[in-house]
Amino acid sequence: MTTTTENKGMAERSMGFGLRALNRLAGSDLLDRIRLRKQVEKALFQGTKNGFKGATAAGRTFQAAQRLGKPARQKKGKSKGLFDLSPDDEQQMFQEAGRSFASDLIRPAALEADEKRETPKEILDQANELGVNMLGVPEELGGVMTEQSAVTSVLIGEALAHGDMGIAYAALAPGAAATAIGLWGSADQESTYLPAFTGEDIPAAALAILEPRPLFDPFELETKAKKKGDEWVLSGVKSLVARATECELFVIAADAEDIGPALFVVESGAKGLSVEDEPAMGLRPAATGRLLIDKVKLPAGALLGEGNAKTKDYAACVNRSRIAWCGLAGGTAAAVLDYVIPYVNDRQAFGEPISNRQGVAFTVSDIGIESNAMRLATYRAASRADRGESFGREAAIARKLCTTKGMQIGSDGVQLLGGHGFVKEHPVERWYRDLRSAGVMEGALLV
Amino acid sequence: MTINLEIPKKFKPLANQANQVATEVFRPISRKYDEAEHAYPKELDMLASLIDGMNEGSDIGGAGAAGVRREKSDDGENRNGSNLSTVLGIIELCWGDVGLLLSMPRQGLGNSAIASVATEEQLKKYGGKWAAMAITEPEAGSDSAAIRATAELDGDEYVLNGEKIFVTSGDRADLIVVWASLDRSKGRAAIKSFIVERDNPGLKLDRLEHKLGIRASDTANFTLQDCRVPKEALLGDPEVKEKGFAGVMETFDNTRPLVAAMAVGVTRAALEETRKRLKEAGVTVDYDVPANNQHAAAARFLEMEADYEASWLLTLQAAWMADNSKPNSLQASMAKAKAGRTCVDVTLGCVELCGSVGYGENELLEKWARDSKILDIFEGTQQIQLLIIARQLLKKSSSELR
Repeated sequence: MTTTTENKGMAERSMGFGLRALNRLAGSDLLDRIRLRKQVEKALFQGTKNGFKGATAAGRTFQAAQRLGKPARQKKGKSKGLFDLSPDDEQQMFQEAGRSFASDLIRPAALEADEKRETPKEILDQANELGVNMLGVPEELGGVMTEQSAVTSVLIGEALAHGDMGIAYAALAPGAAATAIGLWGSADQESTYLPAFTGEDIPAAALAILEPRPLFDPFELETKAKKKGDEWVLSGVKSLVARATECELFVIAADAEDIGPALFVVESGAKGLSVEDEPAMGLRPAATGRLLIDKVKLPAGALLGEGNAKTKDYAACVNRSRIAWCGLAGGTAAAVLDYVIPYVNDRQAFGEPISNRQGVAFTVSDIGIESNAMRLATYRAASRADRGESFGREAAIARKLCTTKGMQIGSDGVQLLGGHGFVKEHPVERWYRDLRSAGVMEGALLV
Repeated sequence: MTINLEIPKKFKPLANQANQVATEVFRPISRKYDEAEHAYPKELDMLASLIDGMNEGSDIGGAGAAGVRREKSDDGENRNGSNLSTVLGIIELCWGDVGLLLSMPRQGLGNSAIASVATEEQLKKYGGKWAAMAITEPEAGSDSAAIRATAELDGDEYVLNGEKIFVTSGDRADLIVVWASLDRSKGRAAIKSFIVERDNPGLKLDRLEHKLGIRASDTANFTLQDCRVPKEALLGDPEVKEKGFAGVMETFDNTRPLVAAMAVGVTRAALEETRKRLKEAGVTVDYDVPANNQHAAAARFLEMEADYEASWLLTLQAAWMADNSKPNSLQASMAKAKAGRTCVDVTLGCVELCGSVGYGENELLEKWARDSKILDIFEGTQQIQLLIIARQLLKKSSSELR
């Protein structure tokens, strides 16, 4: 497959560049003059040690306990027709549980999780206990929600990302695969895979759409699915997959021959799958990796949906993912606001709190205005999805706001703390890195 | 109860009606009164009577002059009431022409103040008349607490003296609501508003302004010289109390979302026209494809549309909160700040995208780009809104954060 070889080529070339640069660096006495030689050598050592490439997780055997006659689907939501910004009781419950989880457990663990590139197991377990990964599982298969829950998912995403965006990604990623199967899967696919998401030991799983290249467009996939008799053969590369080495189940987007972009359900044991570490600027607790798909053979039944996966479903999937990422961005933006307010009120300069200055105060106002608007736009898109109304335009608008304003908020958060914002003693530098993911990420999360 | 950010069905007829007024009445005369500044748009008389007829204290098609008295309720039921419907009506009308909306007889800001705080007797006496609002002075703009105009009690009358500028519809209205101080040594607590009849001999029109935009709306400057008004002309509480000024400013909590709605309406007009023009030029926005993979003009359009949607949602939020008796001063300022700056950015951006078609007077795009600027200034400039927002978020007094 060309993608993979091209990719390898690129990796080799970039290694070449790296060595050349390194050589120049090592040869210069600059390193010694600024006493950085030790650190640089250590960083290089760590880099090679952490970089890995290996097989995907062995994974469990997914088996249906009982078969459904036809696919089970959650009902569309209804509204009383009035404009309303109050979450319902159930949503409030999830929201409050999510918020205390975030402040009690997620935020305190975030710094270390970011450094180690790992989310503590207790936190993942706790998230599963909250039920965040089974929101998209229909009741017939052991789920708890009778109606579609895009708004609820957004509220949970916001709450968790207020604690830490990378941990939220790690915790919510498995639910994306489950929700995709619950929304579009066949009866067989649902009964095979969904019960695992309602049990004690919820598998790591991923919805893999993003590919590693500039100007990536989820509707122009380079991952291809070719027909070969009754089978599909998948090849390509997927990027920034959360907990890639642990995943037992993948829902992978590929350009399917004669169909167009579609989703395939792939178990981690499939021959030809491998993962490669892909650390990024942010979202580090999610231990992101690349999924390399090399001529993976799949049965006809691996195509998500009743054998006729529709482009419409795929577009819905892409847009629902975008809404999910907006939820996270909204949560982190709110965290920035909540963090900078006490800081600028306490921090003294020129004999008074810096918040007495309009240059500082107005920046706080702008964070307030834009984060509020980002979240309203996200709610609108999600609530339209829940009711079965068109939501592509609203998702695009929310994404645009979260991409530009969200990043501005991340940048302002650091700016308001000045030099203190640049060091890891405060979380704003992490939020700056995390908020850049808005506008970059596609797929991976789903509402 | 569940989160829903769509316009309720029950307000669709209202929005439709307002849109028809905008399309059939405002748009056809939009350019005419932009060119004929200070000429009275007589076409509005019939429309105003029509609206009075439909209105009867409700909310169809007005500029919020019916007042924005807060609905009191604590039954926990979600309400979509007059704040929301007024905002929706204003958006549609300003999609037509914001200058003409501001010129609508009996729909002035003064009417809003009267309707919001007047006593029963005052309502009886002044109801049905057109009331303008006179706050600004040459030396007191955003700083309304610095007002120099004075009101002195003399027997059963107040005697007003001072200078007022930027009075919207000041020459056309029947009444002017004048802000003046009962005692300049007592600061903002002593500032009160007084209803002055337009034909009061103590009220002298100095001139009408020539403006960048909203030229259909006249803007008057007055001198008050021993202008005598009956004691009963004072609006609200005559006592000089600490909280008095806050009460006056509360009117603005209620009217800020309305000005935000004006900005939203103008923004939408410019975007719709630009979308049409871009389509003729072969550029359409695809909401599924990432913005950066599209034509630069489409990406720019999407960015502007996103800011428009943000303004619209913040405006609806502020109005919805007022309908549900939730304190909304913060959200009202957020809506005004976002909608004001977005309106300027978007209307100017649309002119840029449409080139000479946008810049020329054959189309209305250049007019909207001139009209928009005032919306980021009056009823509290961008900077004043940011101050209000910051003081609330940071819990600062006006002496700490100045």
